[in-house]
Amino acid sequence: MEKRALFSSKTLPYMLLLPQMAITLIFFYWPASQAIWQSFLLEDAFGLSSEFVGFENYRALFGQPEYYRAMVTTGVFSAAVAFLSLSLALLLASQADKQLRFGQGYKTLLIWPYAVAPAIAGVLWIFMFHPTLGMVSGPIRAMGVNWNPMLNANHAMILLVLSATWKQVSYNFLFFLAGLQAIPKSVIEAAAIDGSGPMRRFWTIIFPLLSPTTFFLIVVTIVYVFFETFGIIDAVTGGGPAGQTTTLVYKVYADGRLGGDLGGSAAQSVILMVIVIALTAIQFRYVERKVQY
Amino acid sequence: MAGVTLDTVRKVYAGNVEAVKGVSLGIEDGSFCVLVGPSGCGKSTLLRMIAGLETISGGEVKIGNRVVNQVEPADRDIAMVFQNYALYPHMSVYDNMAYGLKNRGTPKDEIEKRVKEAARILAIEPFLTRKPRALSGGQRQRVAMGRAIVRKPQVFLFDEPLSNLDAKLRVQMRVEIKRLQRALGVTSIYVTHDQVEAMTLSDKLVVMSGGQIEQVGTPAEVYRRPETRFVATFIGSPPMNILPGTVEGPGRVSVGGQSIAVTDMRDGLTPGSAIEVGLRPEDVQAGGTGASSLSMDVDFVEELGATQLFHGKVAGAEFVVQASTGQIAADTRKLTLAVDPANVHLFDPQTTKRLGRV
Repeated sequence: MEKRALFSSKTLPYMLLLPQMAITLIFFYWPASQAIWQSFLLEDAFGLSSEFVGFENYRALFGQPEYYRAMVTTGVFSAAVAFLSLSLALLLASQADKQLRFGQGYKTLLIWPYAVAPAIAGVLWIFMFHPTLGMVSGPIRAMGVNWNPMLNANHAMILLVLSATWKQVSYNFLFFLAGLQAIPKSVIEAAAIDGSGPMRRFWTIIFPLLSPTTFFLIVVTIVYVFFETFGIIDAVTGGGPAGQTTTLVYKVYADGRLGGDLGGSAAQSVILMVIVIALTAIQFRYVERKVQY
Repeated sequence: MAGVTLDTVRKVYAGNVEAVKGVSLGIEDGSFCVLVGPSGCGKSTLLRMIAGLETISGGEVKIGNRVVNQVEPADRDIAMVFQNYALYPHMSVYDNMAYGLKNRGTPKDEIEKRVKEAARILAIEPFLTRKPRALSGGQRQRVAMGRAIVRKPQVFLFDEPLSNLDAKLRVQMRVEIKRLQRALGVTSIYVTHDQVEAMTLSDKLVVMSGGQIEQVGTPAEVYRRPETRFVATFIGSPPMNILPGTVEGPGRVSVGGQSIAVTDMRDGLTPGSAIEVGLRPEDVQAGGTGASSLSMDVDFVEELGATQLFHGKVAGAEFVVQASTGQIAADTRKLTLAVDPANVHLFDPQTTKRLGRV
């Protein structure tokens, strides 16, 4: 049965839609079109005049080795965070799915990191892993590792991956837990009677049945790493050392705000916009389908 | 093949809730045993304990000569058919049936042979490559049965397997389950709340209530000679009428001042003491005039096609009479019911136990 509200007035529905339309236009379409327009302009160093240059900004961008490096960095960063945060979340969720004492409290605690602002999460992690101040750095150095995320690009990346993962695990955990609870108990029991042990049961029954959730979370996590880790990167490494942890999004900021290259920065935004549209399309195409298996 | 023996099996849940209160039962090799009772009577819990899906709080469960209390479900050599079928949704029908065999390391050609054979018996050969979601309820049910029979287990366990099917399909599948069990000769334990299913399927009928066994017997025995008032009113449809009465003397009771002869009556009951008199709706002859008879005020009539149900009151208590259509005029307001002394069941009002001959 479909329920519909009936309006006698023709204008009322439009009035009700107006606030949402206004927000969408002002905060999404206007900046987006500004970015597209700006990506075709070249501004002089003092910001006094700008000139239409067509695709010159894009050409310059794809001539920069730093841009490709940022792509690779983003790829590595998102792959690492996606893998780590999904597998950790799945491990935690499958444990939480068992009837545990204090299970409710345990679940609540697991959700907290999601509520922490990215920049604050970043500061938290840099305090723990700072080469001289960090309380975790001491033991690492004591083990003979010359730990220094300020100078060593690999160390910096590890630290970023850890902080970004820590924040995203909560979200993935919630979805995995819901996914696990949606698997009928009798299916698991049938598998137990059919003679499959807990590990085999997990990989042949539970994991395949979770695949829609897993796919959804992969897309969501990639979007998260691409766009929402800005705060963490800015707080932990600032894109350094020597631009080695600069992701695509961070480069937009670095080039535009710090470098003053508004046209180049806008061109990068437009490319990112295309990426996020593609990811959303994938998500709608596959994830919105109810049954995956 | 093996029989199943339960020895004072108990199930106590957290908070000291006793779901099964010391059940002892022997199920012969190759027989079809049905556990029947209302919701919450412990029948499903009992079945799940036999399957190994619930721990056993006390007592002993034996399959064949082996005590299986501590044995994993996979190693009990049983197969179970679930109420919601519990098929693996991401696997084809073939893989669903082959899964248990693969886990046991059965050779590939042997798996194929057994699955094909089961599919043939159950007439699901055309669906072997389909996923469960592309099947109807009845077909899924067959796949669930197929998954059980390919394993060639010692015991089949059925947990209300037909309750998700529509009425027509249920009758059809009921007959098929019975036929299949006869053909395979595997000991089967079947849980249901439907007394018609219970009566038609079982060799051995176990009526349960409140975590205990009320009566064990063949369906005919349980129907003919219910041991408690609960069994009397639970088995049979429409349920047995229970009337308040008093003992008159050996072989005679009175209901609302009307005297009735009784064949199966315990000796030595004190005349004048209260007693409950049970009469099945189909056992009283409407319109007849026998030596013992009851008068009934009719309130309304239910049409069932072949039969009619006359609802009304006898001696102030609710009473239902079943009669072939046309035997009694539908507008009858007063009936005289002839009672065959052999069809009268007597129960103790306090203990609710049968007061028949010992």
